[in-house]
Amino acid sequence: MSLAAETPAASETILRRNLATFTGNRLAMLCALIVVLFVVMAVFAPWIAPHDPNETDLFRRLQPPGWMAGGEWSYVLGCDALGRDILSRIVYGARISIFIGIVVILVATTIGILAGLAAGYLRGWVDMLISRIVDILLGFPYLIFAIGLMAMMGPGLWNIIFALAYKEWVIPARVVRGETLVTRELEYVEAARALGASRGHIMLREILPNVLSPVIVVATIRMAHVIILEASLSFLGLGVQPPTASWGSMVADGRAFMLEAWWVSTFPGLAILFLVLAINVASQGLRDAFDPRFSE
Amino acid sequence: MSLLKVEGLSKHYEGRRGIFDRLTGAKHTVVRAVNEINLTVEKGEILGLIGESGCGKSTLGRAILRLHEPTRGEVTFDGTEVTALDAAALKAMRRRMQIIFQDPYACLNPRRTVAEIVGLPLKLHGLAANDAELREKVAAICAKVGLKPGQIDRYPHQFSGGQRQRIGIARALISHPEFIVCDEPVSALDVSIQAQIIALLLELKREMGLTYLFISHDISVIGYLADRVAVMYLGEIVEMGPVEQILANPRHPYTQSLMSAVPEVDHAGRNKRIRLAGDLPSPLNPPKGCKFHTRCPLAIDACRSQQPGAETVGPGHTAACHRLAENLSLLDETQA
Repeated sequence: MSLAAETPAASETILRRNLATFTGNRLAMLCALIVVLFVVMAVFAPWIAPHDPNETDLFRRLQPPGWMAGGEWSYVLGCDALGRDILSRIVYGARISIFIGIVVILVATTIGILAGLAAGYLRGWVDMLISRIVDILLGFPYLIFAIGLMAMMGPGLWNIIFALAYKEWVIPARVVRGETLVTRELEYVEAARALGASRGHIMLREILPNVLSPVIVVATIRMAHVIILEASLSFLGLGVQPPTASWGSMVADGRAFMLEAWWVSTFPGLAILFLVLAINVASQGLRDAFDPRFSE
Repeated sequence: MSLLKVEGLSKHYEGRRGIFDRLTGAKHTVVRAVNEINLTVEKGEILGLIGESGCGKSTLGRAILRLHEPTRGEVTFDGTEVTALDAAALKAMRRRMQIIFQDPYACLNPRRTVAEIVGLPLKLHGLAANDAELREKVAAICAKVGLKPGQIDRYPHQFSGGQRQRIGIARALISHPEFIVCDEPVSALDVSIQAQIIALLLELKREMGLTYLFISHDISVIGYLADRVAVMYLGEIVEMGPVEQILANPRHPYTQSLMSAVPEVDHAGRNKRIRLAGDLPSPLNPPKGCKFHTRCPLAIDACRSQQPGAETVGPGHTAACHRLAENLSLLDETQA
């Protein structure tokens, strides 16, 4: 038997195959590009924004977008009730949305992975404890509790992150627990035990790499969700405090002038829509590539 | 002294009791997957363990290695009581007792390269001073099991079933163990590959002085390589003895029916098949008395109430049956 003849090229790994599937999906790639553009916009906001986002100019109060009568092209998306440039505020607002989205998801996913691995691998009372906490948290209405927490703790960036992450971790935790319950019974896990591997080694080195794909997919989908929640909190005035620009609070600011100055609310609303939509479509592409089981 | 001695080894699984069961005082449902097993394995021999699916063969193999913690009983390996070892001592002992698995697809972590998989025992037991030495040792053992040195940075999915089984064997052997549980290592492979893997296992045994507990449901495989055979039925050993004795002169009716089921090329009508009625009883609710009585053509009243003990029927040959004295043989009966 020729050993070489039946093995494919050594460079082909599972990860590469998955990435190739993803990059072959044009719509997902376009959306991934849009997400990247938003991130670039957030990181380089001071260079991209045409004006200071907090500079008020009462002469430009509710100035329309550049292409409308009374508008100016240097304030292309118009100005808000305090005469601040809407485009600049959207550019700076991306920082808040994306920063909170990433931090909440990172914190929640890390906690969720550890909790899920512990529950799924150690079973017994550990699983009992973690699963009951998860069940209880799942019973909490997400936004209402976030509002309650924010009302208790007061506004502030880290308070928002806590108010969103306190519950977000249950989602990756459940995914990881379920995958771990299946994976722990596989023979390679038993082989590691037979070789004398510790529980930590088995959980982190044998099981974790094999349950990561669905976690990555879930994390991206949930990031869109977290961004909406942050916008909702800011809309309700419980998020980042003025004058710091946040898309949610910008939508709220424009609500009073919806009929005479639609642009104040509409453009930040569109920013939320595009970012969330792009993340969702891109994450579906990721899901199809990394976890074909979930695709219809 | 035997290399491995198993005394009264049992592995029971308790069913979960819900709140309702506890309130009504319902008893635990207990699955006696492995029940009161006694056996010894001499250094350098191959003990074949045979039985149908679900009879507890694999559970017994894993209980011996404490991969499944035994419920009762003792396992003594080379004078050390394995069942009494603490975690650290058990880890050290694992170097000397290894296992080869059935499923060549499930037994290798798909996210690790061959070098990482096969090198893991060296890392865990500190048997390689540095990466270069580790890779050298991995390449050496891979060459020994018939893999090319250039293949050690590949992933498991790039290999065929037979090659994957070779990787699993390399992983089990790299720490130079003395005793290996082979848990149906060839049943998932094509027949032509089976022969290669069996030849490899025999060659490695000679070369490295290994001792095998070889679990299989394939009598021809066991007949080819085992020195002694133990036959399991519903978690218990019903007959054990030298392979020639078991094959030529099986004494337990269950063994006799197993032997009659072996397909023969030379079809001179030597044996008729003994068809057993019914299915393997549920281990949740095993029959009283002799576990085999529900399907045994020779069963008498005593079989339904009393459990037979193992009796010596020849040199090194024991069987557990109430009707050994009558010297009944189903094989003879059907021949007539």
